[in-house]
Amino acid sequence: MKKKVLAMVLATAMVLGLTACGSAAAPAAEAPAAEAVEEAPAADTAEAPAAEAPAASGEAIKVGIINNDPNESGYRTANDKDLKATFSAENGYDAQFAYSLKNDEQIAAAQKFIQDGVDYLLLSAADTSGWDSVLKDAQDAGIQVILFDRTIDADPSLYAASIVSDMDKEGQTAVDWLAGQNLDEYNVIHIQGVMGSAAQKGRSGALDAKVAAEANWNIVKQQTAEWNAENAQQIVQSVIDAGTPFNVIYAENDDMAKGAVAALDAANISHGVGKDVIVMGFDCNKWALEELLAQNWNYDGQCNPFQSSYIDTVIKTLQSGGTIAEKTIIMDEKGFDASTITQADVDQYGI
Amino acid sequence: MSKIFKNQIFIPVAALLLLMLFNLVIDPSFFKISMGVNSAGNPVLSGYLITIINNGSELAILAIGMTLVTAASGGQDISVGAAIAIAGSTMLRVLCGTNTRPDTLSTPIFVAFIVGCLVAMAFGAFNGVLVSIFKIQPMVATLILYTAGRSIAAWINNNELPIISDPKFGYYGGFIPGIPIPTPFFIAMACVIIIFLVLKFTNLGLYTQAVGINESSSRLNGINPVFIKWLTFVILGACVAVAALIKVSRLSSINYSVIAKDIEMDAILAVALGGNALSGGKFNMAASIIGAFVIQTLTTTLFKYNVPSDALPAYKAIVVIALVVFSAPTFREAVSKFVKNIKGGKNKEVANV
Repeated sequence: MKKKVLAMVLATAMVLGLTACGSAAAPAAEAPAAEAVEEAPAADTAEAPAAEAPAASGEAIKVGIINNDPNESGYRTANDKDLKATFSAENGYDAQFAYSLKNDEQIAAAQKFIQDGVDYLLLSAADTSGWDSVLKDAQDAGIQVILFDRTIDADPSLYAASIVSDMDKEGQTAVDWLAGQNLDEYNVIHIQGVMGSAAQKGRSGALDAKVAAEANWNIVKQQTAEWNAENAQQIVQSVIDAGTPFNVIYAENDDMAKGAVAALDAANISHGVGKDVIVMGFDCNKWALEELLAQNWNYDGQCNPFQSSYIDTVIKTLQSGGTIAEKTIIMDEKGFDASTITQADVDQYGI
Repeated sequence: MSKIFKNQIFIPVAALLLLMLFNLVIDPSFFKISMGVNSAGNPVLSGYLITIINNGSELAILAIGMTLVTAASGGQDISVGAAIAIAGSTMLRVLCGTNTRPDTLSTPIFVAFIVGCLVAMAFGAFNGVLVSIFKIQPMVATLILYTAGRSIAAWINNNELPIISDPKFGYYGGFIPGIPIPTPFFIAMACVIIIFLVLKFTNLGLYTQAVGINESSSRLNGINPVFIKWLTFVILGACVAVAALIKVSRLSSINYSVIAKDIEMDAILAVALGGNALSGGKFNMAASIIGAFVIQTLTTTLFKYNVPSDALPAYKAIVVIALVVFSAPTFREAVSKFVKNIKGGKNKEVANV
């Protein structure tokens, strides 16, 4: 009897856990993968630079980079690759990397980097809060902090610069593009990411505002697929099964757009340039841009993972004694149209 | 009356009927099935019921393995989602070879499936060893793979995204040309038939229940509980491989971090909805499988009625909690006692008159 009660309680707890997981996952932008603090000082990079680095001062600039797990998403993989390419020994850097999706592990890594005496601390925080004291330690140790990708809730005096994407602008660019298609009526299936994530809020916000403002814009269905292609497929399938007409799919990332297209294909609904349904995605995965090139999709909005050149500029400026006028640097982000995209774009911007 | 109610399979069937009744009352078009063609020009059936049997397939397959693991070990495997990512990634790796965008498959799909199956069963065996030999709590033992699995899956393909353009690979998660019923349903039914034959003609069912009810007495009766527990994890591994084939076939690609996300929770729920005690022992396989389709019906129903995105998990949780409480053995015992008391009371009244 006791065992059975326990089993029931466990089952109930599990259900609660299910919902709890759903909301807890929200702030971590994309889906969580495994966490691992990985030290990647790249043995040869650490030894070699003194001899080979052509840095002007003769001394390699030491940077500690704290990032999220590169397996988290295609965005993160591209981001990590880009950072590793820029902060290399050839470019006069001595870089150490730490990866975690957990704030406390990231803070521990930051403390370690401070003890190691790095010159710059580059940070993509897992969570927005809890960074004040460790950043103060960094400041006391004379270490400049540069945030990338994610902002944090801390006094701006604690960091030198913050290089971020403007998700609201990404959404606005996409909605402006859609408005430029001059359809008589917009019946939109809106597939959202994990609710509450920065990407979801920015990309949903612009569309919601437009639908509220225009009489001929309607939302046929607004549902979260939690970045998951299969959920998106089921959501679109559900609209098709109900027989409700629609002519736009606004998916907040490429995976979900792909799932939506799978449902369209199963029902023989044509999609792409000059077809019945307009398909829109975000993130500019290489395969997604290829879909654009093949005219199967119509639009893909960029979420720029290539912050390293911006960071490099900031560091060079600080090294030469300059100051950063504007702390928050917003990156250029494009929106690609299937009718104008070229193979060169796919190669350059695909992640 | 109380006999029907006492029967374990009554709960998931009643839940399924209840959901169906709800849909019938609100919108009968839920049951409409129409014939159409897909973009490849093949005939396909579509409609909500088709969506349910299509998308519920993976869950039904996983519920089979999860029921056995639950019965034998008295715990659950929470790594199946991550294991699906690993098995799916392996299959794609074998199919693609070194090229991530192959025009032709480098190995037959059958071979890739076998390799994926072996890998999934090996990981199942690993979990099984931790649970049966080292006596670690199943949820803790499988936590290892739950945490590391998706990174392993990404590592298998060097974190690249293989995309398969051969339409034949899409048949397993879609439609075979000329057959309008979704293939996953056939695969699920095949698995169901196999497990029923196994349970009927071997002692697997008896032995797992014996081990789950009392490990030491089953040992005294000549059953090896270590082997039986280990075996159930290996069987779950095979189920994982089949589910992984369907999952990667649906989109002919994979996303390591979100593929089959949280499916372990749904699989455990299917077992619980089937009225099986999560502490192990006796089990009813058919009830678990119907439980899986109940969960899919719930998901499809929630997608149909425009439940606001932020509220969706809450709605699901409320329905699921209600179903789990109703299907819990303790609750059913209490109710049947209650029913008996009422009946007993009535009989007394009759006698008094």
